[in-house]
Amino acid sequence: MTDRKFLLLNDTDNILVCCQAASVGELVKLTNVEFILESNIDLGHKVARNNINKGQHIIRYGVSIGSATVDITKGSHVHLHNMKSDYIPSHTRQSKAGE
Amino acid sequence: MKGFLRADGRKGIRNSVVVVYLVECAHHVAKTIVSKLDNDDVQLIGFPGCYPNDYSLQMMEKLCTHPNVGGVLLVSLGCEGFNREKLSKTIIESGRPIETLVIQQCGGTKSTIELGIEKSTSLLTNISNVERIEIFTSDLVIGTICGGSDGTSGISANPAVGACFDLLLNADATCIFEETGELIGCEQIMANRAESPKLGQELIACVEKAERYYTKMGYGSFAPGNAEGGLTTQEEKSMGAYAKSGSSNINGIIKPGEIPHKKGLFLMDVVPDGEPMFGFPNISDNAEIVEMIASGALMILFTTGRGSVVGSAISPVIKVCANPDTYERLSEDMDVNAGEIIKGLKTVNEIGDIIFESVLKVASGEKSKSEELGHKEFILTYKKFDITGSPQKIESIGPSCLS
Repeated sequence: MTDRKFLLLNDTDNILVCCQAASVGELVKLTNVEFILESNIDLGHKVARNNINKGQHIIRYGVSIGSATVDITKGSHVHLHNMKSDYIPSHTRQSKAGE
Repeated sequence: MKGFLRADGRKGIRNSVVVVYLVECAHHVAKTIVSKLDNDDVQLIGFPGCYPNDYSLQMMEKLCTHPNVGGVLLVSLGCEGFNREKLSKTIIESGRPIETLVIQQCGGTKSTIELGIEKSTSLLTNISNVERIEIFTSDLVIGTICGGSDGTSGISANPAVGACFDLLLNADATCIFEETGELIGCEQIMANRAESPKLGQELIACVEKAERYYTKMGYGSFAPGNAEGGLTTQEEKSMGAYAKSGSSNINGIIKPGEIPHKKGLFLMDVVPDGEPMFGFPNISDNAEIVEMIASGALMILFTTGRGSVVGSAISPVIKVCANPDTYERLSEDMDVNAGEIIKGLKTVNEIGDIIFESVLKVASGEKSKSEELGHKEFILTYKKFDITGSPQKIESIGPSCLS
């Protein structure tokens, strides 16, 4: 089952990618996973598919794209406020660094 | 498809005169010649520095003898450090018509501009009768780059370009992907696609070099707009960028300006060798585009999520937009709407087919959006690679000669 707004890229991923802007409180339903969004999510951003512990890898495309810097609960925005690179630090202009 | 046959046997899809300033001091004169002629086939390229540099000389030699270039006008101030004589010799040896104007000997700005317009016009006439020849998909050399990536790039435009690369490689074309700094995190997966284990090791070493270099520079290849578009880390951006390379075997590694010695899929190692010396490897997207063109790319497939608008001098750029919202905002600049994948209207393979068709159309002479809009960006800066020397020498360096 696929949600019209969120995409699972690989079965082993612990995040979903947003394909259409979604609002806080919306219900997300995919096979074996169901949660309420904890914040607004923009196109291209990620939400946690399940609870992710601090230090655990964030998996997208079936590979690690960094590590959680805090415990992340299912359905919350996964971005620079709660994950980091395991290679090179990312720099931003602080806008939309995460909610 | 009809192309232009060059003396070295390579075939171009465009037939341009390049007006080349050899130092920033000659930029205005060269630019004015080009803008006064206002002809799509007269294009401005140049190098701003006054200090000599092997890399930029070799790049310029390769660019001025590119299959899309028919003739060259060099514009020199007269006292700059650029090795004008060597560049000139290489162009003459390639069989192309060349004119050189030295501002200090031509009477100054106004006189040189007038002379430049005259010379460029006669170069255009001179190259108008170059032999036209049938070109096939197997003659194509296509590069790919992403710019202004966001969270959609890696699931729409980039894998669609990958699908197009697979089609091109199946048809015996040559494809180039690049920016090892944007492959950090996918080196192991990439190595599994190397045509030999030794090349696999070289691919990993190439990415490790990029990681060391960027770490010293203090920034990865990651811009604030990437984060606003949903990307978080270098490795996330990398995985998305990596998808542009498709799923075919990787056949070699080339350095900027090195012409692939056989057909197939090549990674361009754009990160300088040794300790960081002249700054960031490529200061903006067009620097990478120019390097792929110097290695013979006849066309560039440019994927964007946030919405880049650039094109390039010498080779046409086709823009593939990853993000449906961006496409709505900037459709006048986009050739292909890969955002339809995000909306569930088309599959990655269907967009791959559409990109492939666009490649054939643009190779046949149809203008891409950026060409129509007059985008002819160009940038060339200083770099250093361990092995530099004659153009002949640069062709035999690097792991591409492993096989």
